[in-house]
Amino acid sequence: MTVFIIRRLMQAILVVFLMSVIVFFGVNIVGDPVYMLVSPDADQADIAAAIQRLGLDRPIWEQYWLFLKGAAQGDLGDSFIFGEPALRLILHHMPATMELAFSALMLAIIIGIPLGLYAGLYPDSGLSKGIMASSILGFSLPTFWVGLMLIMLFAVELRWVPATGRGDLGSLLGIESSLFTLDGLSHIFLPALNLALLKISLAIRLTRAGVREAMGQDYVKYARAKGLSTRRIISVHVMKNIMIPVVTVMGLEFGSLIGFSVVTETIFAWPGMGKLLIDAILQLDRPVVVAYLMIIVLFFVLINLIVDILYSILDPRVRLQDQGA
Amino acid sequence: MRKLTAATAVAFGIMAMAAGAASAEKLTIGLASEPTALDPHFHNLGPNNATTLHIFDRLVDQNEKQQLLPGLATSWKPINDTTWEFKLREGVKFHDGSDFNADDVVCTIERAPNVPNSPSSFGTYLKGKTVEKIDDFTIHFKTAEPYPLMANDISTIRIISNETGCNATTEDFNAGPAAVGTGPFKFVSYTPGESIVMERNEDYWGKKPIWSEIEFRPISSGPSRVASLLAGDVDMIAAVPTTDITTLKANGDVTLSQGVSNRVIYLHMDQFRENSPFVKANGGGDIKNPLMDVRVRKAISMAISRDAIVERVMEGVALPAGQLLPEGFFGVSDKLDVVAYDPEGAKAMLAEAGYPDGFEMTIHGPNDRYINDAKIAEAVAQMLTRVGIKTAVETMPRSVYFGRASRGGEGDLPEFSFILVGWGAGSGEASSPLKSLIHTFDADKGFGSSNRGRHSDLETDALIEEALRTVDDAKRQELLAQATERAIENVAIIPTHFQVNTWASRKGLKYNARTDEYTLAMGVEKE
Amino acid sequence: MTDTTAAPPSEVAKSAKVETPFQRFRAEFFESTIATVALGVFIIIVLLAIFAPWITPQNPYDLAQVSVMDGRLPPGAEAFDGYTMWLGSDGSGRDLYSAILYGLRISLTVGLASGVIALLIGMAIGLIAAYAGGRIEAFIMRVVDLQLSFPASLVALMMVAALGKGVDKIILALVIAQWAYYARTVRATALVERGKEYVEAAQCLGISRARIVFRHILPNCMAPLIVVGTVQTASAISLEATLSFLGVGLPQTEPSIGVLIANGFEYMLSGRYWISVFPGIALLLTVVSINLVGDHLRDVLNPRLKK
Repeated sequence: MTVFIIRRLMQAILVVFLMSVIVFFGVNIVGDPVYMLVSPDADQADIAAAIQRLGLDRPIWEQYWLFLKGAAQGDLGDSFIFGEPALRLILHHMPATMELAFSALMLAIIIGIPLGLYAGLYPDSGLSKGIMASSILGFSLPTFWVGLMLIMLFAVELRWVPATGRGDLGSLLGIESSLFTLDGLSHIFLPALNLALLKISLAIRLTRAGVREAMGQDYVKYARAKGLSTRRIISVHVMKNIMIPVVTVMGLEFGSLIGFSVVTETIFAWPGMGKLLIDAILQLDRPVVVAYLMIIVLFFVLINLIVDILYSILDPRVRLQDQGA
Repeated sequence: MRKLTAATAVAFGIMAMAAGAASAEKLTIGLASEPTALDPHFHNLGPNNATTLHIFDRLVDQNEKQQLLPGLATSWKPINDTTWEFKLREGVKFHDGSDFNADDVVCTIERAPNVPNSPSSFGTYLKGKTVEKIDDFTIHFKTAEPYPLMANDISTIRIISNETGCNATTEDFNAGPAAVGTGPFKFVSYTPGESIVMERNEDYWGKKPIWSEIEFRPISSGPSRVASLLAGDVDMIAAVPTTDITTLKANGDVTLSQGVSNRVIYLHMDQFRENSPFVKANGGGDIKNPLMDVRVRKAISMAISRDAIVERVMEGVALPAGQLLPEGFFGVSDKLDVVAYDPEGAKAMLAEAGYPDGFEMTIHGPNDRYINDAKIAEAVAQMLTRVGIKTAVETMPRSVYFGRASRGGEGDLPEFSFILVGWGAGSGEASSPLKSLIHTFDADKGFGSSNRGRHSDLETDALIEEALRTVDDAKRQELLAQATERAIENVAIIPTHFQVNTWASRKGLKYNARTDEYTLAMGVEKE
Repeated sequence: MTDTTAAPPSEVAKSAKVETPFQRFRAEFFESTIATVALGVFIIIVLLAIFAPWITPQNPYDLAQVSVMDGRLPPGAEAFDGYTMWLGSDGSGRDLYSAILYGLRISLTVGLASGVIALLIGMAIGLIAAYAGGRIEAFIMRVVDLQLSFPASLVALMMVAALGKGVDKIILALVIAQWAYYARTVRATALVERGKEYVEAAQCLGISRARIVFRHILPNCMAPLIVVGTVQTASAISLEATLSFLGVGLPQTEPSIGVLIANGFEYMLSGRYWISVFPGIALLLTVVSINLVGDHLRDVLNPRLKK
């Protein structure tokens, strides 16, 4: 197990390095950040000075080498726009996105799995058909469209919750989060629901598919023959089997939730790193884009590692050694 | 949370009444784009300049029409050809209680062009100027050549404190300790992406604000900003999308405040390449660049219905443009009218220039920079296609667009042939667009830096340069007007319209709309 | 079905069947009314898209036929050129009925092409990973991780900058953004299947690796693949809309359904419901019908659900 984890961590470093090459060169062919920064009043000399200050007059391989040297010391460069270290900027915005993605994932699991279980166990009931129909709606509608509709309904018409922004922070066990205050919860409800919609649908469909398949399997028949209660069959045997694909996909989806939070954060003016990223992309703040992607890659590789370890716990047939390099 | 605030307000309503007129009132404003720092010299950018104006004052103030008013300087005048004298206001205190005097100004002028990591420096306005302290309340600025725009340039610089600000880093300003000015509001907190909170400066030297506390919240998505106002999250929003103006007008709970801006939207045409990359003969063959012919440029101008753009695309929220700045600004000409829409005349003029069947070209424009920019480009293309110039449209994010439009072609030349751009005159007078858009591109002298069509007319250049040396206001006004008339006569650029900016507030509030597009809490009044 | 995996099916067994697998599949598919209706709707949508130029009053891509003077007209208004705009017009003066049908052509091309290409590529890579194991699998899965960590919006923005806007570029961007989902799904399922007794039994019988992969592992991957496939094709169409919303989608002048919806977003609070609602309904019908067909296909194709 330890060997496996060490090996995977080394692979992770390789991946992060490869990614840095792709991202750095990819980001640097897009646009010209100088014109995003200088004031329109700037004359040619000011523009030339700005190009030099940002190091954009150097060949790209040299820029990359400087980036690598900095990265080795934990410095991913300074934001063009904010003048601050990009890494610090992202870490500042990270908690907001994490709590949003976490809330969305929780909503998806809490709402999605029970509904999917029901739809899988009673596929012919009217309620199940309703659940499946709404799950299709859930990912047929673009996130930004649903987001604004949610605001119009819950914030403007009903006035139950605020339309945009993040609420007051609370502190619990040393963690600061807006999830710990009532004001914070009222602010996070809509964006989390908006972000979760697609994942709720996915959880419903995966769970339903898994349950339907599992119910036809031999082990369920044996368990029935053994006289186990339906409740026990479902809660122990069926659930354990369907959890594998659900854990896989949900693990994957956490990364995509963070990626997709770009849209939700834009609509709900949520001060997270997704908003930071789209602003950085639109304003060509290259160091922030690169640093963001590096962090996401690292984060994602770690999630995969955790999912793989969870696999082995949930299903002993999948042995970790199998995947060794 | 608004609801909670509202409830508290009701609960403590009686107490508030007892407290009297100096009531504690909070104003929350939703901004379209947020500042990148609270350091007033870090980034020369609209949102930064507007936000820092709450905390810091400038020597020369600009009112909502960008006319110059006394600020921390009570008066200024040229005392000889190359020296301007500024008299400073006495008895002004910084937020930390220290006194304002000439030392603060001198150190500010030294710091402003030299902020480390600054994305866009204020050095642009201070180049070639030296500052000298005469006594505690007198300052001299010297230049090598006679320079008329001294007060305009100085009005871009916010004054920081000698004690707390001049040696501080940008971070110190963002965190608060250095955010000490003489302005009407004091720093409370700054959370990037989330909120900026300030409280009233009870000892302000000027007109005391009516709001005891203000909060700015960035809400970049237009419909979300409108929804936040409707939901009561914020009291006022900036940059109301044109699409929502009609419904908001009909909404009794909302007040709209509108005003024309200093920003002109215009078309620039390639006037320097014999073969322009995005101009083709009918069918796609090569063609000698027709845009070099002033008759073709005139025809294009006549083929564009400014009224249609204003009424249909901008939903009435814009003014048709016939020159570089709207009337009322210094240096505009009173002889220029908006070019009349005349598609038949345009066709005739194209035929006269040798293009009876038109030609093909592509209009390039940004899709996230100006109000309805992509739709305007499309409308222009539709109108040109109808007179025979088959025009394709390509719009792109500004991050890609401006780099390519400025130096994306061969030899770092502008890449496109026919582009849609905007220009906001930060100085509030006509030399700003004339110098940067119309004057021949000249890197050594710093002229024509945004002349992406590379229009060049020596006589216009001479007028502009003379204006920039003329300190006498009446003479300069005349020179600037002449230069503008000549540029429009030569169709150096084709102005289409001036943007009109809209702010929306809850009922009972109104905003003194500003031409510089700033959103200032000082301008929010109760009706 | 499951017992045929133990022994290679003989020619005799095949010819002895009364109906071909396709006939059986067809019969089972049409058992469901919902799926049949959905398929019908989908076919109608496809036909409308194909024949758009012949059944619409305006070519919304020809700027000579579009006038900004016709902008934002309500449903049923008369256009400048004399025809009736039954669904109203958008902000640029496009007849929405025409624009929606033309937009469907682009959206369907983008969604289906990117879905199919991504599925084929992802499936192949996933199977190779699952079967090869060892270093190859480790390498492939790291590449998949790498790919999945890239937000699609960034992939698209980079493509747009490097290649320019266009349908082919968006398809490429969506394939790059999506293939990894299929690869990951196939590999995860295959990993479980690989450990099962029947594969070991097949290996003992000396059946070739390729045969095991294609005859035994692949069919078992079909159910999750179809789930992911329908979700992904649907999301490809909606992702294209999202990219347009973020300002990096298809060109404004040749709007897909996604661009129409993204443009409509601005009008959602303006009271001009038709600009966002009608393209929204068109998108909804398309995506829902694809999903319903996919849902049912999965039930029919999955041998283990048979009674």
